[in-house]
Amino acid sequence: MKLDFSTVNWEEVSTATTDTLTMMLFSVLFTFIIGLPLGVLLYLTGKSNRAAAKPVYAVVSFIVNILRSVPFVILMIAIIPLTRIIIGTSIGVEGTIPPLVIAAAPFFARLVETSLREVDRGVIEAAQAMGASTWQIVRKVLLPEAMPGLIAGTTITAVTLVTYTAMSGMIGGGGLGDLAIRYGYHRYEFEVMIVSIVVMVLLVQVLQWIGDALVRKFTRK
Amino acid sequence: MIRLEHISKQYDARGKASGPLALDDVSLTVADGEIFGIIGHSGAGKSTLLRSINLLERPTSGTVTVDGVELTKLTQGGLQQQRRKIGMIFQHFNLLSSATVFDNIAFPLQLAHTTKEKVQAKVDDLIRLVGLEEHRDKYPAQLSGGQKQRVGIARALANDPKVLLCDEATSALDPQTTNAILDLLLDINRKFGITIVLITHEMHVIQAICDRVAVIHAGAIAEQGKVIDVFLKPEHPVTREFILEERNDAELQPWAAFKTQATEHSRVVKINYLGDVTYAPVLHQVLTAAGVGFAILQGTISRMKDVPYGQLVVRLDGEKTAVEQSLLSLRDKGLEVEVIA
Repeated sequence: MKLDFSTVNWEEVSTATTDTLTMMLFSVLFTFIIGLPLGVLLYLTGKSNRAAAKPVYAVVSFIVNILRSVPFVILMIAIIPLTRIIIGTSIGVEGTIPPLVIAAAPFFARLVETSLREVDRGVIEAAQAMGASTWQIVRKVLLPEAMPGLIAGTTITAVTLVTYTAMSGMIGGGGLGDLAIRYGYHRYEFEVMIVSIVVMVLLVQVLQWIGDALVRKFTRK
Repeated sequence: MIRLEHISKQYDARGKASGPLALDDVSLTVADGEIFGIIGHSGAGKSTLLRSINLLERPTSGTVTVDGVELTKLTQGGLQQQRRKIGMIFQHFNLLSSATVFDNIAFPLQLAHTTKEKVQAKVDDLIRLVGLEEHRDKYPAQLSGGQKQRVGIARALANDPKVLLCDEATSALDPQTTNAILDLLLDINRKFGITIVLITHEMHVIQAICDRVAVIHAGAIAEQGKVIDVFLKPEHPVTREFILEERNDAELQPWAAFKTQATEHSRVVKINYLGDVTYAPVLHQVLTAAGVGFAILQGTISRMKDVPYGQLVVRLDGEKTAVEQSLLSLRDKGLEVEVIA
């Protein structure tokens, strides 16, 4: 088989790349906005001795586990009615963002919970001894101390989201994955598929590189 | 300044109706401006006791009063307010690893919503007080243990507390650094009149800076009093253990070993010195006047915080009446004399 890259429609590749980037950036943004407080909630209710905390943890943890155990392809289709309510459409770049966020936020929340648990118990105790409120401890102790872990978690989530966007082609979501399936799988135009894969690999490499650089910058230990 | 009344602490144990009793009806009073030491083996309950003072560990029963405020009655918000007046330092320093020396010391001030200018001025003062001018913008990972503890002390003092709690503050430090940190604590106590409560498992820490001491064993106070009294006349076996560990001079013989030195014309006595009399030439004057000769068989002369003390085993040679007379004179001069043989 001879590959001929001159047949590749570069304009379409460029549009697909932009779509993937848009889906990824917005879904990372909303995942962060929803997942961070959720992770903090899991952390706080998970270790609290208060009577009210246990049922809260149990419920939130259960929902998170359910969302994490449904494969993304199925979740994406299952929540189409919900997506319609939120965005007004269930197709295109906009229509893909809600399922991406709903799939990634619980995953990110668990990563946040784990990073917060890594924070030295003694430092939290010291803050309590200084008269810090729970909110002050979260904002001024837990989040800054867990910063490298949170950045690493965000990087992992962003990379995962890139691969999720590829599946969104199935519901007409657009992007590089969609392009690869349409040309490579349905039309046997392997050149486009190869180009799509290369762009996605590059995208993941760049994300990881940025994430690692930020982790290094914020690590003080 | 601090009053603990009938404090008991029981931890919850899984599967059992009740866990072990970490503290069993402990009552304790610490006076204003004093340095109070709590000594005990690990697991004796000293850490729980210290944490009861600022309610990091809430006692199962009993009341805690600090500076006239009963902490055990306060709401969470009220307790947070009061905790700002109680500084605390830790064995492992517990500094924010993501913040510089400056920001670590500024942290409690920011919690109390202090204005930026005031924070700046106060933190600079504190950095000078603990001698870390050169390290202002470094992160904890770049500091030595002693320097980290200095940051911890500066941070604990930021809100001008009346009480400073020290949780094994020198246990992770080498002996030289330990002494420097103890000196700093003593200095702070004298300069600001701040009441200090410290817990330790090392007698020399107590000996170096404490005014009073409580020996804690199995969740209860075995013995408490002035350091010098407890040190010279320990009553509880655990106290004796700590003192012996500290002396670690195996060559010191038990007093009874000198009984054989006594003859018809000589007696063996143990003399305890306490206070200024330790440095006075009492022994020589009294015995010369009485015409009694003497030989020192064993002895220790040292200081505890500021109080000199000594313990000598002496053989007195001379006429029986002259020896008896000299013993009375020595007691008159304020020495404690105990006849061994």
